[in-house]
Amino acid sequence: MSDLEAFRAETRAWLEENCPKEMRDGGGGEGAICWGGRKWTFESEAQKVWLERMAGKGWTVPAWPKEYGGGGLSKEEVKILKAEMRAIRARSPLESFGIWMLGPALLQFGTHEQKAHFLPPIARGEIRWAQGYSEPNSGSDLASLQTKCEDAGDHWRINGQKVWTSYADEADWIFVLVRTDPSAPKHNGISFILVDMDQKGVSTKPIKLISGASPFCETFFDDATTPKEFAPGVSSIVGEINRGWDVAKYLLTHEREMIGGGGSLGMGARSPGEIAAEKIGLDDAGRLDDPILRGKIAQTEIDGWAFLLTMERMKDEAKAGKGVGAKSSMLKYYGTELNKRRFELAMDGGGSDALEWEGARSNDGQLARRWLRTKANSIEGGTSEVMLNIMAKRILDLPGA
Amino acid sequence: MPLVLTEEQRMLRDAARGFLDEKAPVAALRKLRDDGNADGFDRGLWKDMAGMGWAGILVDEEFGGSDFGFVGAGVLAEEMGRTLTASPFLSTSVLAATALKKIAGDDHKKEYLPKIATGDMLFALAVDEGAKHRPAKTAMKAEKHGNGFKLSGSKTFVADGAAADKVLVAARSAGAPGEEDGLTLFLVDAKANGLSAERTAMVDSRGYARLDFDGVEATGDDVLGEVDNGYAALEGVLSAGRAGLAAELSGAAQGAFDMTVNYLKERKQFGVEIGSFQALQHRAAHLYAEIELVKSAVLKALQDLDGMYDTAALSCSLAKAKAGEVAKLASQEAVQMHGGVGMTDEYDIGFYMKRIRAAQEMFGDAAFHAERFARLRGF
Repeated sequence: MSDLEAFRAETRAWLEENCPKEMRDGGGGEGAICWGGRKWTFESEAQKVWLERMAGKGWTVPAWPKEYGGGGLSKEEVKILKAEMRAIRARSPLESFGIWMLGPALLQFGTHEQKAHFLPPIARGEIRWAQGYSEPNSGSDLASLQTKCEDAGDHWRINGQKVWTSYADEADWIFVLVRTDPSAPKHNGISFILVDMDQKGVSTKPIKLISGASPFCETFFDDATTPKEFAPGVSSIVGEINRGWDVAKYLLTHEREMIGGGGSLGMGARSPGEIAAEKIGLDDAGRLDDPILRGKIAQTEIDGWAFLLTMERMKDEAKAGKGVGAKSSMLKYYGTELNKRRFELAMDGGGSDALEWEGARSNDGQLARRWLRTKANSIEGGTSEVMLNIMAKRILDLPGA
Repeated sequence: MPLVLTEEQRMLRDAARGFLDEKAPVAALRKLRDDGNADGFDRGLWKDMAGMGWAGILVDEEFGGSDFGFVGAGVLAEEMGRTLTASPFLSTSVLAATALKKIAGDDHKKEYLPKIATGDMLFALAVDEGAKHRPAKTAMKAEKHGNGFKLSGSKTFVADGAAADKVLVAARSAGAPGEEDGLTLFLVDAKANGLSAERTAMVDSRGYARLDFDGVEATGDDVLGEVDNGYAALEGVLSAGRAGLAAELSGAAQGAFDMTVNYLKERKQFGVEIGSFQALQHRAAHLYAEIELVKSAVLKALQDLDGMYDTAALSCSLAKAKAGEVAKLASQEAVQMHGGVGMTDEYDIGFYMKRIRAAQEMFGDAAFHAERFARLRGF
């Protein structure tokens, strides 16, 4: 037996032993995600136990080094772990911006002391992080951000406003892009700084979206402070001062891969074809009784399949020594536009049933709300138009782009 | 299996690209057309390709082939697509080689596979009878006659049908048109009595024929696979052909796209390169993304043919559908972005539009394969 096969067998046995039955429902939708953090209330004992056991193995962040709370697994091993979890329909034990965003940034740009200080609590789900990037006047033109960060002796003083901060009202800490040098060219005066939100200088206000949900907030900094060092060697600034744009760009690339790839999973197990088949019915030959919609769905599902293969190919190429790099813009662009198309078709197939907004029959308008949520996919993390600009410049090398 | 080429496959691709850029650029196709070449390809070039092991890319080493598998064949098809190289590669080295390998008995293999590998014998696959690809609707009759059969009917859109030495043909030995049961595959001599070929000049200047079978006699030995039960075997061969065409379309889309992006960087209007206009940048970037999807779909189909031949039909269909659709878009955008010169015969870009139109039609267009996909997915 190869090492990987042995790992697969051990992993399967451990999951079988340790994953509580209640956590094997295939994810259970957005409401069932465990985000962790100081303010977190577990939905059940099973959810708590599952997080503790996985964190104990380092498998909430399986690819991170063991010394920082991770599992120290290779890419192949992570793939196996994910596959074995899918096979028993296990929920993810923990999701968070700390795992997705801050962790990768610290691993890439942080000092050893910063990693040792911040990463283990993320891996254990003890601290929930928010991301402070966009501002009311800095959306696509993110580098024009104006949130001010001034030297105040042993600490930094921060003033300004962030917007589209995901779940900021439930987060404990926030990583923020701030302007530390207002006189420098816009990309060269930005720093990436870590701030505890439990202080009177930081306040949040949820934004209600067209889906009715409020996953985003406005976040205000009024003379908020953060120490220059939390402990010896543990600076509050990640990377070099005034070089925060490098960190931001790295994370945006990372985020784009994630949004592009995650979107296609948003509908759960049901494809537009299945929804339409149920609501519209099939003709005598077994074909959807709406030939024009049928054709559109088939084309979109073919694109979806080719897109998933492309995600797979990009990962495999990255493993073979080629980075994804600017191609993350392509994945983000295509994945999010595809997801919007799929949900439009799901709504077409669902007919008036899909328009229900409240009540048990529609699970409180789940499909309609998700359909509306997808409209943000091609805006958040860089709009489709910005992605196309990046592709034109960085991949196609077109002039003046 | 990782969705990337192996080192060996990458070397094959690089070697193919170098050879084709030098020996078979689009100018070579233009010359074939302008010379009115009856075969639609250059026999000398084909011998060179055979010498490099391309003709026998799917043929086992014991029969003199290079045995690179379907991914290897796809790599070559893609590179030939990039330069629009005309050759009997698809009909002989992909379709016939697959049929002989997967369906034929040992005698047929021993007789024909070595001749495919050396490039000495050419084959054609005759399936279509109407303007659209509908293999189950095959009506050509195969009537019992003594110990053998008599074939009567006509075939159209037969690639290399006039140049071929041997014709692999699907005929109905039982049942009615529209039924999958009742088909039999025959391998007959192109010079057989009663078989006539009309070379049809098509938009892409390649060699095609309409074949007329007027009581062509076939013996039991000429049957490939099982009598009345040839549909699944034919589907396997068609899957290989669809994946090969999808690979060629992928290469052609990339070739047209590369020319277009270069043009956007050179052509100036309003005092600047037209590639600096966002309206064109966004369309080019979108097309780039679509072509990346095609590459993934094509590689998956080829890998499936190598690893799970009997169940590769779905991924081959998907690859053909996606590649056909995107290659058409690539050729349309190419002409539009080239502007007036894109409409001239002098510029090569028009050749891409023509070949892509023909290749996407062969063995099922995007609508045919999307329909199939929908049926298999239960809607």
